[in-house]
Amino acid sequence: MKTKIAITTMTVGVALLFAAQLPSGSAQESHVGPLTGNASSGKPLYKRFCIGCHGPAGDGQGENAPWIDPKPRDFTAATFKCRSTPTGTLPTDDDLDNAVTRGFVTTNMPSWNPLTPQQRADVVAYIKTFSPRWKTDKPGIPIHIPAETAVTLQSVLHGRELFQKMECWKCHGPAGHGDGPSAATLTDSKDQPIRPYNFATGSRFKCGETNQDLYRIFMTGVDGTPMPSFADVIQPNDAWDLVHFLRTLQTMPTPELDIWKKYSSEHASEIKPIGPDAASGGN
Amino acid sequence: MNRKLLCLLPAAAVIFYAVKAGAGAPIPPPAGGAISGKVTYTGTPPKMKPIDMSKEPTCAKQHTTPVMTENVTTGPESSLQYVVVYISEGDSGGAAPAETVRYDQRGCQYLPHVLPMQAGQVLQIFNDDQTSHNIHPLAKVNPEWNKSQPAGSLPIDTKYDKPEFIPVKCNIHPWMHGYFVVLNTSHYAVTGPDGSFSLKGLPAGKYTVTAWQEQYGTQTQEVTIGATETKTANFTFKALPY
Repeated sequence: MKTKIAITTMTVGVALLFAAQLPSGSAQESHVGPLTGNASSGKPLYKRFCIGCHGPAGDGQGENAPWIDPKPRDFTAATFKCRSTPTGTLPTDDDLDNAVTRGFVTTNMPSWNPLTPQQRADVVAYIKTFSPRWKTDKPGIPIHIPAETAVTLQSVLHGRELFQKMECWKCHGPAGHGDGPSAATLTDSKDQPIRPYNFATGSRFKCGETNQDLYRIFMTGVDGTPMPSFADVIQPNDAWDLVHFLRTLQTMPTPELDIWKKYSSEHASEIKPIGPDAASGGN
Repeated sequence: MNRKLLCLLPAAAVIFYAVKAGAGAPIPPPAGGAISGKVTYTGTPPKMKPIDMSKEPTCAKQHTTPVMTENVTTGPESSLQYVVVYISEGDSGGAAPAETVRYDQRGCQYLPHVLPMQAGQVLQIFNDDQTSHNIHPLAKVNPEWNKSQPAGSLPIDTKYDKPEFIPVKCNIHPWMHGYFVVLNTSHYAVTGPDGSFSLKGLPAGKYTVTAWQEQYGTQTQEVTIGATETKTANFTFKALPY
């Protein structure tokens, strides 16, 4: 009799233990600023606003997906483009909230700013139920972005050297038009063709538009795409120089472009071209 | 009474595995039995094609003969190279060995083309070239990351915790393809140019041996060996030209 009770108690205990470990989607939370998002509240919002593209299973196979390029994010892979965290790590809840709020320019993903902050936090919590990685892994630690250095001619010129040396031009092209020698062959992690960013098309990058965003993008990399992380190979000051140079590739006026235009008109003969012909040139 | 015994079973199993893992970790594998064999194909494999590296002159000039594609690398007598043969069942795995495995990017090629390792083992990735590579292992079970490694950078130290066949590519040089093969065992081999392999130092026991080829998937065989016995296990893949 005692044995029987013991066994029953054990069975219940074990069942409870397993229940706690199941990917019980409704228990997932998000923490965005002071807000706590709940997956159970996010689910109906997801079903109303997100399911058409991202699909019922969150795998990016919604009914609109065949007509969309780039393809909707597959949340089951837990690989995210716009993160403040190192390559290969999960993004923070704030990163996901930023992405939902900002939307992705040049894609079908709109800004969900019309939702309330609480609704967005709830949706973020629900998105985190699609991959078991959210149960086993912690988000990465956001990279440190030091204060921006001054925009000077020296900084722009050094950034230009780095654009050559780090071989950014191989994908983004010598003038940043997204037409480098490797550009045509690029595919994302789902084997879909993908184009490198064309800096002449504007200043709204997928992961934000400020200089800090630009710094973050090449330090963290854009996971799931050919864009790698440079965090291990570029020093912070050099990274700022590269940001300043990238601003000269835009067509709209920037302080960096003014500096570059003035310099290049006065020193045209001294400027080494970017690209394969400059490979032998020292840095 | 029976119920009491049933209750004890899981505990006994835990103790059994703990003892087994504990015993397996620090002691080097004994000069025990071995499983060796040859991997071949039937049918028509795709032709290995020369790779055009002219877009990367610093790499192209390192090769006097063109580098060939390696997705199906065949040799004499219908042999298949770069097939990973490993113990998929019957080996508890044990702790990851302390020695690191090395992966090189040299002449815009991955060396070796297929790199097996044990889960948790430290992997060091070197760029020996005068050009930037981005190393992009397309993991699905493990985290996917993508890092730039310009010429002269320090090696990248990393490891994978879960078993997986991970395709590796360099987006800058689209012809570069390789594989990390993360396994739960220390008993593995990659077939050489003649398709042969040998798994040595196996304790007596019943094993499932798996052969994996990047394009043709896996095949398994059950092999039981004695303490100092050597048995043969040959594998044949059906090759398709695409």
